[in-house]
Amino acid sequence: MANEPLLSMHGIDKRFGLAPALVGAHLDVLPGEVMALIGQNGAGKSTMIKVLNGFVKHDAGTIQFEGKPWAAASPEVAQRAGISTIFQEINLIPFRSVVENIYLGREIRNRAGFLRWRQMTIAAKTLLDEFGIAIDVEAPLGHYSTAIQQMVAIARAVSFNARLVIMDESTSSLDDHEVQVLFATIRRLKQQGVAVIFVSHKLDELYAVCDRVTVMRDGRTVAVASMAEMNKLQLVATMLGRDLAEVRKQGATAFSASARPPGAEVLAVENLAVGRRVTNASLNVRRGEIVGLAGLLGSGRTETARAIFGADARGGGEIRLNGKPVTFTEPHDAIASGIGFCSEDRKQEGIIPGMSVRENMTLALLPALSRSGLVDEARQRKIVERFIADIGIKCSSPDQPIRELSGGNQQKVLLARWLCMNPELLIFDEPTRGIDVGAKAEIQKLIRRLADDGLGVLMISSELEEIVEGADRTFVLRDGRTVSTFDRAEASEATLMDAMAHGTAA
Amino acid sequence: MKHRWSGAGIGVVIALALLIAFGGIRYDGFLGSYNILTVLRYNSMFALVGLGMCFVIMTGGIDLSVGSVAAMASVVSAYLSPYGLLPGLLGGVGAGLVAGTLSGLIITKLKILPFIATLAVMLAASGTGLLLANNQSVAVSYDSAFTTLGQGNLLAAFKPEWIDGDNAGWMGTALGLFFNFPTPAWIALVAYIVGSVVLNARPFGRHVLAVGGGEEASRLMGLPTDRTVFAVYLISGGLAGLAGVILAAQFGAGQPIEGIGWELFAIASVVVGGTLLTGGKGSVFTTLAGVLLLGLIFTILNFENGMGWISLSAYWQSVVRGAFLLVVVILQSRLARTAPA
Repeated sequence: MANEPLLSMHGIDKRFGLAPALVGAHLDVLPGEVMALIGQNGAGKSTMIKVLNGFVKHDAGTIQFEGKPWAAASPEVAQRAGISTIFQEINLIPFRSVVENIYLGREIRNRAGFLRWRQMTIAAKTLLDEFGIAIDVEAPLGHYSTAIQQMVAIARAVSFNARLVIMDESTSSLDDHEVQVLFATIRRLKQQGVAVIFVSHKLDELYAVCDRVTVMRDGRTVAVASMAEMNKLQLVATMLGRDLAEVRKQGATAFSASARPPGAEVLAVENLAVGRRVTNASLNVRRGEIVGLAGLLGSGRTETARAIFGADARGGGEIRLNGKPVTFTEPHDAIASGIGFCSEDRKQEGIIPGMSVRENMTLALLPALSRSGLVDEARQRKIVERFIADIGIKCSSPDQPIRELSGGNQQKVLLARWLCMNPELLIFDEPTRGIDVGAKAEIQKLIRRLADDGLGVLMISSELEEIVEGADRTFVLRDGRTVSTFDRAEASEATLMDAMAHGTAA
Repeated sequence: MKHRWSGAGIGVVIALALLIAFGGIRYDGFLGSYNILTVLRYNSMFALVGLGMCFVIMTGGIDLSVGSVAAMASVVSAYLSPYGLLPGLLGGVGAGLVAGTLSGLIITKLKILPFIATLAVMLAASGTGLLLANNQSVAVSYDSAFTTLGQGNLLAAFKPEWIDGDNAGWMGTALGLFFNFPTPAWIALVAYIVGSVVLNARPFGRHVLAVGGGEEASRLMGLPTDRTVFAVYLISGGLAGLAGVILAAQFGAGQPIEGIGWELFAIASVVVGGTLLTGGKGSVFTTLAGVLLLGLIFTILNFENGMGWISLSAYWQSVVRGAFLLVVVILQSRLARTAPA
């Protein structure tokens, strides 16, 4: 493509306080092109996007959009000028109808100032039809799946006559089918000449939909290439700034095979039913092994885990811990029996953002750390410092608020929270979601180490390579039922996908 | 306990210091022991209610019932005052605890939003107080020691004679403040010290902040979230009851129609004190500073009128309080932004 770039950012510098976030970064996007923007957490991707859509002001550098200098004061201004951003967390209003969400802020009115509902409804329908979505546009947005909401957000963006759409981790909450629908939308945008900047941690997706890739590291643009010229391994190596040979040695994940044969059964779940989502789930976990729980989004993996942990009530079935039937009505009971649970939603269900690393790690332990009712801070600090050193948590001090830590380090703190309670069974729901590649490997190694130390581990993951390489055994859920079980030797991406898509209960 | 002054908390302390300095320079007798002790005596009720509110707000909740609970408790304690100090005290606090229990149960068991639940309890308590009192104030017995809870000075009996003498000097003034320190202010002071220890050094206090910072996260790490939430409403109710006891003892009557707007005064004090309305962050002693700050505005208006130049209606105090609330909150959000995270 020899035409002029639609967007061209050059020599962008940005500092937050003393820390440089961007150092001479550059990014070019051609019209109608899908550009992947990747990098580890903290590489500068999101700052780059924020500079572009006017969230923050850059210190130096030039930005040209459609041949003219670009300076958006806010995302709203950027949107009107032709650059729309779809955020990871959809920022639309779930209680209001699809129509309202599409027309919010630029409602069609008649001369007296009243809303022209009919016209807006028809226009919204037509707009969504273009994307191949046929839904009741008068229903509240919140009634629809995340994918549909995502599409509505995109439709809204495009209806602002966007020439460039930025998708910031748009696929992280979508299942495989929904991702395909999103990709179809992206291709349709392309045909209309709309360019897309696509930010994602998932490499496969980049190859499926992107034309070129811009790799960032430490605030700099380190590589720009066409997707066809760069294989996955090169991509990861560029992102990490490491030797290719070293990356190859590690494989796709940092999991190694278990060091010793599994011990006695610690958890057994039989014919579990939870709400409408889970109808008949069965699985078991032995000491010293990692058991994978695979399935598409909506197959009931998280619901199964939460029911085991006592976070949600179970409708039927039996759960045995060390051979004894148990009924937990609250997570508290499960924890007292030696179960720990790392939720997939770290922000809402894991960390207490405003509290320090120290408090986040030991909150649940405080009664045990108290002497005559007062928290023994010296003991608390000793435990916290031991875990920070032991599992390599990077923080400026134990008193640093946890929200300032990277996703990977937050996850490590949560892991430490459970470890200091000496659990027998740990349940991980998407342990490496939203965590950069380097920290991902560390978390994976840690999980294996815990299993080798004799813990039972139940791991839910949407990333097939994590299940294939990490799990000693895998149970596959489909529509709320356990449909198959694989040993390490039998599990491959192909067999797992087949079971997730077509498996029927034996 | 390592104490870190947060940017938000120090705003109210600065504002309070400025206001005291302003009053001290402008008015004679503003910093005299009589005025100081009067201010402390009168505001101790609000301090107690504010302390309870502080704990509630730190969990991310709100307690609208405190004013009418205090009014109801003042009636109950007035009825029980002839039987002595202790029955009056326990009766009032007990009435508050009943109301707090009710709020706590509605919120944790029936999963009703705190705003609605405590609104209901507020109406119920207000009605109960009026019913009990037959729509009039209930005289307190002066035969028992009950009124000392509001009017007495706890250590007055131990006061050496020379302190009140003419040449007692600054030593005498200082000791005079100590020995003449009002009983209700002692009660409030002890409550705040206990409250601070509970918040900072007891697991319960940390759990309160954790629940406010993320309720589901707290539940999933095994914290007793329901018990914690229940407990803060119980505390708030109990402290509102105690405030009601002091109200009755101080003014010599149970006052079923008092307490209107107390909840808003308490919320304002807590917010001025730098506690986040969304929960998860807060401090006990800056709440006390908030109570004193808003309380002093009333005193300043009185002094201003006393100077005889202008005559300001008492209603101006609300306007000035509102303005102060705004100024301090703006000041705090600026300070919080510049403070290192």
